[in-house]
Amino acid sequence: MNDTAQIFDQGEYNFAYLDEQTKRMIRRAILKGIAIPGYQVPFASREMPMPYGWGTGGVQVTASILGKDDCLKMIDQGSDDTTNAVSIRGFFEKTAGVRTTYETSEATVIQTRHRIPEKGLREDQVLVFQVPIPEPLRFLEPRETETRKMHALEDYGLMHVKLYEDIAKNGHIATTYAYPVKVNDRYVMDPSPTPKFDNPKIDQMPALQLYGAGREKRIYAIPPYTKVKSLDFDDYPFEVQKFDKPCGLCGAENVYLDEVILDDQGGRMYVCSDSDHCEERRANGHLGPMAADPAATHFAGGASEETVQ
Amino acid sequence: MDTAIDASEHTTALAAGFQDPVHDAQECFRAIMNAMARPGTEQLIREDGLVPPAPLTPTVAAIVLTLLDYDTPVWLDRPLMTSDAVKSFLRFHTGAPIVKEPVEAAFAIVTDPAHLVPLASFNQGSAEYPDRSTTVVLSSQEFGKHAPVTLEGPGIKDRAALSTGPLPPVFWDQVSANSRLFPRGVDLIFSGKGRISALPRSTRILPSEV
Ligand SMILES: [Zn+2]
Repeated sequence: MNDTAQIFDQGEYNFAYLDEQTKRMIRRAILKGIAIPGYQVPFASREMPMPYGWGTGGVQVTASILGKDDCLKMIDQGSDDTTNAVSIRGFFEKTAGVRTTYETSEATVIQTRHRIPEKGLREDQVLVFQVPIPEPLRFLEPRETETRKMHALEDYGLMHVKLYEDIAKNGHIATTYAYPVKVNDRYVMDPSPTPKFDNPKIDQMPALQLYGAGREKRIYAIPPYTKVKSLDFDDYPFEVQKFDKPCGLCGAENVYLDEVILDDQGGRMYVCSDSDHCEERRANGHLGPMAADPAATHFAGGASEETVQ
Repeated sequence: MDTAIDASEHTTALAAGFQDPVHDAQECFRAIMNAMARPGTEQLIREDGLVPPAPLTPTVAAIVLTLLDYDTPVWLDRPLMTSDAVKSFLRFHTGAPIVKEPVEAAFAIVTDPAHLVPLASFNQGSAEYPDRSTTVVLSSQEFGKHAPVTLEGPGIKDRAALSTGPLPPVFWDQVSANSRLFPRGVDLIFSGKGRISALPRSTRILPSEV
């Protein structure tokens, strides 16, 4: 982020970096996205002072909705501490001067790349996704004119064929990330690189969801309380990943877990991918099976040390 | 203005825009976004400081200043179209081209909704680009004093009610026809005094219970 920091120090920029003309254009696209749930609205994506892989679509959406009284949370891989999350949080602290937080419940705007917080979101929160490839049909049909036609005709046969081939080859639907959904019984949509574990969370969510793809210049949305169904078949119903162990640190079950290597002797444990959720549980006295292990304690301690900034 | 001038063309054309363009527009946008995301709810618009030429209201002026610019052709109903002061205000603050045909408009501003042209005369977007449609802003609305309609659809937990008017008698039938066009169709913003409500095309109007 040093290059970016230099850019900021060199010149003047508007609140939240984007100029007002760009914000208006993005805001109009957001309204259309909300009115047509799951439809990808084209927008004139701007160059941002960060590489495309860093979520410039999400950043532009966040910059266009953010107000000076908002409290922002940034998540990458479920954690607030990764380079990507730290950089983008710093970007908004610098350009908008907004309050930021690690706590899901404190945030009014949450921008994420991979995960949806384990804690249920509220009506007064907005969840912004950074999307690399917004078109769920792109791997099946490279031509934009054709995929646009398929969406217009609600012709999603190709997608079902692909999923069924998955079943024929693997005995189950092998797609675990960016698992396609149908929104409001109409548009097939890519829920970005979130694990399919999170798909049930975007169905009937009380919070508004906004999706931004910078390189592909698309914005789409899921309004609150909207039906979102993961594609499946009667004989092969949609299932989320199941973990046979609880979180090693806080003992949480039915959450998404990451594998963590503890030492070079092959010691490992599974911990909550949502680090804020894990910390809150531990603070409330929940202990997992590894909570007393020195290596695990070191890992947990390190994580919470970084939190205090 | 240091010399006393009558309320002439000149002074009304220079009616001020937002006092704090960046933050006022952001706050107004969030209200519009919340209204569109939660059909039937009322959202507050701060209108202090805005004194647009009549019949443009401060609340509609806030919406206009927030969303319109030279990329958004705007259609005006007769009371607005016949006011040079209104057209000057719009040109000066937004640069939006004023169009004659409803179908050419990205936004339509209606201050006399009782005489609204049919919703079908606005741009419905295409099957491939349903976003290229008109957003219709209806002014002079009073909430809570007219027969409510029941709403269902995205953004609504179970059901919601909306009571607003004045509107032409055929209006709700037109809204139903509009939602049957989904994903094509127009989106509606109802503007009262300091508050708004919205109906995206995705909202279905349930038949009123007898
Ligand atoms: Zn945990």
